[in-house]
Amino acid sequence: MSTELEELYQEVILDHSRRPRNFGALENADVLVHGDNPSCGDEIHLGIQFGPNDTLAEVRFSGQGCAISQASASMMTMKLKGKTRSEASALGLAFRDLVTGGSAEQSSSIASSSPKLGDLQLLSGVRKFPQRVKCAMLPWRAVEQALSQSAGESTVSTEL
Amino acid sequence: MLRMALQASVTPCLPFPIFRSSFVIRHSSFVIRHSSFVIRTFPPRHSPHPAAHSRVHRTADNSIDWQALREDFPILDQQVHGHPLIYFDNAATTHKPKSVLDALRHYYERDNANVHRGLHELSSRATEAYEGARSRVAEYIGAADAGEIVFTRGTTESINLVAHAWGGKFLRSGDVILLTEMEHHSNLVPWQLLAQRAGARLRFVPVLDDGTLALDQLDELLTPEVKLFAFTHVSNSLGTINPAADFCRKARNVGAVTLVDAAQSAGHMPVDVQEIGCDFLAFSGHKMGGPTGIGALYGRAEILESLPPWHGGGEMIVSVSLEKSSYKKPPHRFEAGTPNIAGAIGLAAAIDYLEGIGRAAIFEHDSRLARYALDRFAELPGMRVLGPAGERGAIVGFVMDAAHPHDLTTFADQRGLALRGGHHCNQPLMRRFGLPGTTRASFYFYNTTAEIDRMIDILRDATRFFGPK
Repeated sequence: MSTELEELYQEVILDHSRRPRNFGALENADVLVHGDNPSCGDEIHLGIQFGPNDTLAEVRFSGQGCAISQASASMMTMKLKGKTRSEASALGLAFRDLVTGGSAEQSSSIASSSPKLGDLQLLSGVRKFPQRVKCAMLPWRAVEQALSQSAGESTVSTEL
Repeated sequence: MLRMALQASVTPCLPFPIFRSSFVIRHSSFVIRHSSFVIRTFPPRHSPHPAAHSRVHRTADNSIDWQALREDFPILDQQVHGHPLIYFDNAATTHKPKSVLDALRHYYERDNANVHRGLHELSSRATEAYEGARSRVAEYIGAADAGEIVFTRGTTESINLVAHAWGGKFLRSGDVILLTEMEHHSNLVPWQLLAQRAGARLRFVPVLDDGTLALDQLDELLTPEVKLFAFTHVSNSLGTINPAADFCRKARNVGAVTLVDAAQSAGHMPVDVQEIGCDFLAFSGHKMGGPTGIGALYGRAEILESLPPWHGGGEMIVSVSLEKSSYKKPPHRFEAGTPNIAGAIGLAAAIDYLEGIGRAAIFEHDSRLARYALDRFAELPGMRVLGPAGERGAIVGFVMDAAHPHDLTTFADQRGLALRGGHHCNQPLMRRFGLPGTTRASFYFYNTTAEIDRMIDILRDATRFFGPK
């Protein structure tokens, strides 16, 4: 088995893709975002319920897609629950940097200055598979959209 | 069988009393000598192509040596991620034999010039080779006249040409364009755009669960409002081979014009426009061993002559004043600007190569690979194959319970196996089957059953890797 493949599909990632956490429709969601990746047909429906102090009280998703997009969404929902809007936003930026790469130096500085990414760092293997970055980013594109609104339903696409 | 196929492919060609444009083409054979090869970019129009045949690798009993043919494709001999390359993405694009690469190199090293205008030697050579390529394409698909071949960038541009030139002139509000549910986006979106411009409607022949079209509904769908019936010859996702000649005969009975998308058939099986009886036929060079950026539109002479230009510019005019212009006859009326000269020459070289093997032999070989793949797929757990169980093109789309097409494709790539995962420019068809996408293995004559065996091993490993623990 190739090392790159093992880095991309770590056991934790495969586990999240087989048994996604926080999966299913969110009743009483304040914001609902439908995201899709038209190049491969992956889709996500992300529901967020905001709590006091601008926190993301509840985050759930449904949809279908490859192991990377499903695991990324599952791990994301676990990470975002309880975070404030601005913390969620900062995590989104850090995650984007993680999966799009950059120089090794930048990457290591991201890793050290953003310990809050935690398990999400397991998805850094995507870096070596540029065609799969959109898969990992799809749920985060949906969050970015969700954070830009206080209520309602909207759509987002990796191709727009 | 092979011998019969070869005999069929050397049947004396139709006469080509063509070139009604302002220059004269010499009816001579134009043979380029290059290293140990003899490359014909401009074959004689009234004789078979012995040079092309003699280059084909054959075994002692004169049958095709399929394994040895691989040596003509340098790209196949490489490691990808530490494994020997297995290229099963031929429906997307095929590899190019050395003879095509040599023809391109020879053109740029010896004959490069603009066509149709120059009065110097190189321009004559380039023009002769370019127009010779047109004759070669005409002959290859059984067109009565080289004037019926318009060079385009490929299938997509060919179809857009018809949508603009024919559609703009003949389609009226309330008319119907009949398509099928299995069309590639390139044979769907141009008609959507045309329908919007003209106020016309689209209608579709449904796809059945087995991947074939609902043939019994065709008579009902072909009403007098149908002005055009455009359909694919071979489905790029399902491998289905549609009965093109039947479709064209039925369409003609209601006065509808027909367009055949031959992108997946032109390089894989005998395709003859007169046997099919179509008005238009479109295909791409790069899916049949030729270069990218070149393809052709066949249009029946009478229809092409009735069409206005679609692109304006040099090459397509007779005279120009500040206010207006007059246009050349087809095919040059539809070829504004400097054409893809090298591409056309490369396409002709690809045709020489394919005819050296024989398209009937290629079809037989490809079909054998597809059948072998279907048999072996049946051994895998949680495997669902799309498309007809019977005769099909060398395309097998499938889904596996254990893994999403994108994960499967990434996994395979790491083992040197090039598959394609996704919707294959067939989004409506994927929706029809309730799938986000499929994984597709598509073969060509240089592929082998041993490569299919390795694919099965890789897919079995993928099942273990991604499947439930």
